[in-house]
Formats: sequence, structure tokens, C-alpha cells
Amino acid sequence: MKETHTTLSSAVHEEHLLAPNWAEIKEIIHEAEDVATFWLEYSDEALVNNYSFGHGQYNMLYLPGYGEAAISISSDPEKPRLIGHTIRFVGNVTRAISRLQIGETIGIRGAFGTTWPIEEYKGHDIVLAAGGIGLAPLRPVIYHILNHREDYGRVVILYGARTPKDLLFRQEYFEWEKQGIEVMPTVDRADDNWEGQVGVVPMLFYHLRFDNEKTVVFSCGPEIMMRFVVFEGLARRISPERMYLSMERNMKCGQGFCGHCQLGPFFICKDGPVFRFDQLEPYFNLEDL
Amino acid sequence: MTESTLNMGSTVAINKETLNQIISTLTEKGYLPIGPSIKDNVVSYGPIGSTDSLPKGFSSDQEKGFCRVKRGNHQRFFDVAPGPHGWKKYLFPPRTELFKAYRENGCWQETFENKETPRYALIGVRPCELAAIQIQDNVFIREDFTDPIYAKRRENLLIITVNCLHPSQTCFCTSMNTGPKADSGFDLSLTELDEAFLIEIGSDVGIAILKEVEWEPASAYLLQIAQQGLKDAANSMIRQIKSLDTVPEMLLSNLEHPYWSELGERCLSCTSCTLVCPTCFCWDVEDSTDLSGNNTQRDRIWDSCFNPAYSSQAGGNTRPTTKSRYRQWLTHKMGSWVQQFGSFGCVGCGLCITWCPAKIDITEEIKVLQEVTS
Repeated sequence: MKETHTTLSSAVHEEHLLAPNWAEIKEIIHEAEDVATFWLEYSDEALVNNYSFGHGQYNMLYLPGYGEAAISISSDPEKPRLIGHTIRFVGNVTRAISRLQIGETIGIRGAFGTTWPIEEYKGHDIVLAAGGIGLAPLRPVIYHILNHREDYGRVVILYGARTPKDLLFRQEYFEWEKQGIEVMPTVDRADDNWEGQVGVVPMLFYHLRFDNEKTVVFSCGPEIMMRFVVFEGLARRISPERMYLSMERNMKCGQGFCGHCQLGPFFICKDGPVFRFDQLEPYFNLEDL
Repeated sequence: MTESTLNMGSTVAINKETLNQIISTLTEKGYLPIGPSIKDNVVSYGPIGSTDSLPKGFSSDQEKGFCRVKRGNHQRFFDVAPGPHGWKKYLFPPRTELFKAYRENGCWQETFENKETPRYALIGVRPCELAAIQIQDNVFIREDFTDPIYAKRRENLLIITVNCLHPSQTCFCTSMNTGPKADSGFDLSLTELDEAFLIEIGSDVGIAILKEVEWEPASAYLLQIAQQGLKDAANSMIRQIKSLDTVPEMLLSNLEHPYWSELGERCLSCTSCTLVCPTCFCWDVEDSTDLSGNNTQRDRIWDSCFNPAYSSQAGGNTRPTTKSRYRQWLTHKMGSWVQQFGSFGCVGCGLCITWCPAKIDITEEIKVLQEVTS
């Protein structure tokens, strides 16, 4: 029933349940007040050479004593030696990660989950609608488009953050735009220097005209945002089969056997996080499901 | 005694005393025999050395929120229906050490304890409990993933089932098609009559064990009593789930029905049902760290979808109400499990009915939901 594929890389222990492989922090890039990208490299050379991940997949990052957190990979799948994780420091584990320095180690299990089916949509127009940290799991898609720009038609990034300071990867927008990607940022609260849009992401749809037969939407952000992204997409006759959402629940095992991340019949950790909207729809936006 | 009749699928008879020989044969073959005994006024499973510790002469009395064992007017070993302690803990232990990690110069390493996998021989597994083991097999041993802890224990496992001639009042296995007779998946399967055990052979290991003990061909008389007994047992089950095939669709298409609120008012979110449930597989992980922060032990522990932390993440709890947790539990067991693992997550053992302090009866609630949604 899934159209997206799970690729479990060689970095998952077969023999020892939940045992991580260790990776060294090579670089830390501060992206916003409470967000940083941690660039990790496996300590084991064989893993460095064999590791692979797909667009939109995530790793379970482990810090002993604190536990694991599911973190989307925000780097380019075509360059898997250094693995980028853009992390917002909101929970127990991520706050502990925020205190780590270059040279220290983090445990990794993964990569897990389904991927954005970007390669199935060659020749199509792509709309990426992201909110807050939701741009991180979409950045691999952006890199893919940049690497294969001629394969895609119009590409628009609709991106919202709380304030201009919270916009992620701002230094890259110029590079993206240079390759003909339209970047449309919006913020909830502007500051004195902000000249862009103010408002929520779905509102950005009002500024665009789509070729609905040719357009595919990938969205990641708060559920309430994705709900209205879908709403605006449907209003523009983009079919539910052409809209994909990346969902979040309490993921623990990554392989659909600890139970925590269930949403209806889905284990978000392995049947997701990326879902085609028509498959997710019966269980999307039901209260407290 | 002709050995030619010890075939897969054939049924022979043994004296009651011969069960002791079977237990010692199992020990000789390197198994740790596990069986029922009475502890704290309920049936509990643990290591047994002989039939002396079996609940001989006991019967059970179970109702909604009520469980007692009582002396019956008989000398049978296996009349007591399952208590709160299932077999689940032998394959999927409530707490398992996964690894230890230590930090040197800012770098972590892990070490693994080299533990021998136990070889359990479970004696007295009910058909519903066997079905539950098979359901958990589908969760932990899959094409895309295998849990090494479960799989190793399962591979070593020997199962002797006991068919149910005296179900408790909360049982409804006939509705779930899991009993009162075990059809396959056992090494040996007992039917306990007053005068003897009938033993059905389910595996080569079962044959090897029977070769070590005295047995005789099963008489037509004994077979007939057993058959009638199983029929009576099936007919004695008061609780039922009707139109089972339509239940998943009924539940999953009524996730917003107001009746869930009514159920949420009664459920205490105490987790009892998930603890006694033989199919519940949810777990959590826990780190225990020393004061230096440089040494951690990581354990896997049982979890329950009724725990508030179960569905909590950095953004908040996605199931903040008891209503939403009860809905998750019931719709998983009787609905979404089918799509996930190809079977129901319920075997009709009735333990969640017996052990619910709020006396919530899954069979009644399904019936009400069927009525209010039709």
C-alpha cells in the first residue's frame, strides 16, 4: 500500500537490539537561537563508506543517560560521508545534544523510514511547503533538485518561521534562487529589517498559480500547518495522490515493534514519516488519535 | 509398544503420573520446565521440578474485575484458567539489559553481556495463549525486521499445550477462533481427562520426548470423552463477539464516535489490561547512569499505551486523554492490528475483562459499539 520505499542501511545492528553505532561530531553550525546542524561522521571506516540514506529519512540519535531522539537527516544523500542533522533543542535529548562539542561522539541508528518520492516526479513542478524545523527533512530534496535541476520544472519553496531569526538555512537561499528555485519565506512576527511576507505558510498559496496536473506538493511542519497546506492544495485541484506529508510521533524503535508512534494502522517510524496524503487522510487530523 | 504410531499429528494416551517422566525428560534434554502453580491465590507460571507444584484439584472463578482460585471436586492438574502472569515474560522479558555504554575522553563505547539464551519448556499453555505467542511472533520475527532477543528465545522454546475443558466465565476464545483446542504450533498437546492425558504430537521434538516415556494408543473411549469435553467447553462460553470480520472496519470508521467519551469516563488508564494481555508488545527503553555520567546501562522495559509518557514527545502528548488512550488500545487490538500484522491482536483469553478494576468488558463494549454505529 505504500508507494515510498524503506531502505534500511547497513548501519543497523542485526545482532544487538537498539545498539547504536558511534559517530563523531565534525562540525556544528548554528542555524537559529535554538537550532543547530550537527555534522556527524561514523567512527568506523567501513560504516563511513557503506552508509546511505534517502530523502526524508531520519536517524535515531542516542546520548547515553538521556536517550534517543528521532532526527531527520538534513544533508545531501549523494554525499553520505558526513551526515547532517538539523536539531531544534526542545526535548530532554536534544537539549543535551546542544551542549556537546566537536570531537565528542553520538550514537546513531538508522536511517529509518520512508522517503520523499522525488525521483518519481521527474519533469514535474515541485512545491515544498515547510514550517519551522520542517525545512530540515526537505533540504535533501532541495539538494537533489540542485544536483539534477534539468530534471524538474518549476520549483517553489514556501517556508514559514516564527520570526526572521528563526528562518533556517538563510545563507543558502541565494544559491537556491540562482538555480531558478523560488524561495518564498514568511514569518509570524516581522522585525524592523523584514521586507518579506508576514503570515502563515498556507497563505503563500494565494500568491501562486499552479499547473495542477503537473504539480506535486511535499510538506513538513506542524500538523495544523500541513492541514491547511493540503486544504489550499485541494482548492487548487492538486489531487490527494500528489501531496505528501512528513508526520511526527513519538518514535522509539524505528522499526515498527515498540508501538509508540502509531497513528491508526500506521507505524509512523516505518510506514512513514513520509505519507501520500490520500493514504493518510482517514487518520489525519482526528482529535488525539 | 509399537513406535510406529508416534507420528506427527497422532494422539496417544499416558497415565497421569507419566507427566512427571516428561518433566524429567525435558530437564535431561536441557530444558527448564515452566508450569503453573498457585501463588497469592492466583495461577502463576514459574520453574517446576515435578507435578507436585501444579495446581492439582483447583478450579478458577473469574468475572469482570474478579479472580479467585478454589478447590474443585476433582484431581486434575490443569483446570485453572490463566491468571495475570502470562508466558509473555519468557520470550519478551519485562526488563532486559540491552547494553552498557561507557565514556572515555568524550567518546562512547558499548559493551554487551554475553548471556546464554534460556531453553524454556512451557507446560500448560492454553490454546489462546499459544495463539498469543504466534501473534507476537508476527510482531518480533518479520521479513523486514527480527528482534534478536525474542527470536533466540523463541527458537529454543518447547511448547506443551493443554486444551481447555473448563474455560473461565470471562473467556471468549471461540469468537476469536483460537480455542478451546490447539490445532498446531505446539510440540505436544495435552487433553486432561480424569483418568489419563491424551497427547497429540505436534513436532519431531515431541516425538523424541514421548519415546522416553511410557505411553499407549489412545482408546476410542478416551478420544470420545475428550471430543465431547471440548464441545461442551466451546458451548459453555457465554461471552461472544459477533460478526468479527466487520469489527475492524466498524472501529476504524468510527474513531470520532461520541461513545468513546463514555468509555473514557470509565477507564482508569491503569494499564492493567495491557499488563495481563498476552499479545501486548509495546516497550520503552530506560538508561540508568552512575553519578559520573560516564557509565550507562540501557534496558528495554514493558510499556503501555495507557501511560501518558507513551505518546508524549517534545511537542506535547498526542493522546492527552484517557478516552484517546482507550480508543487506541481497543482499535489497535480489534482493528488496526489486522492491517499491521494480518491477525487480530486479541485471542479471547478474557484476562483484560477479569483484571480491569473498572469492570470494562471488551466483548460488551464491542457489542455496544456495533449497536451505536449501525
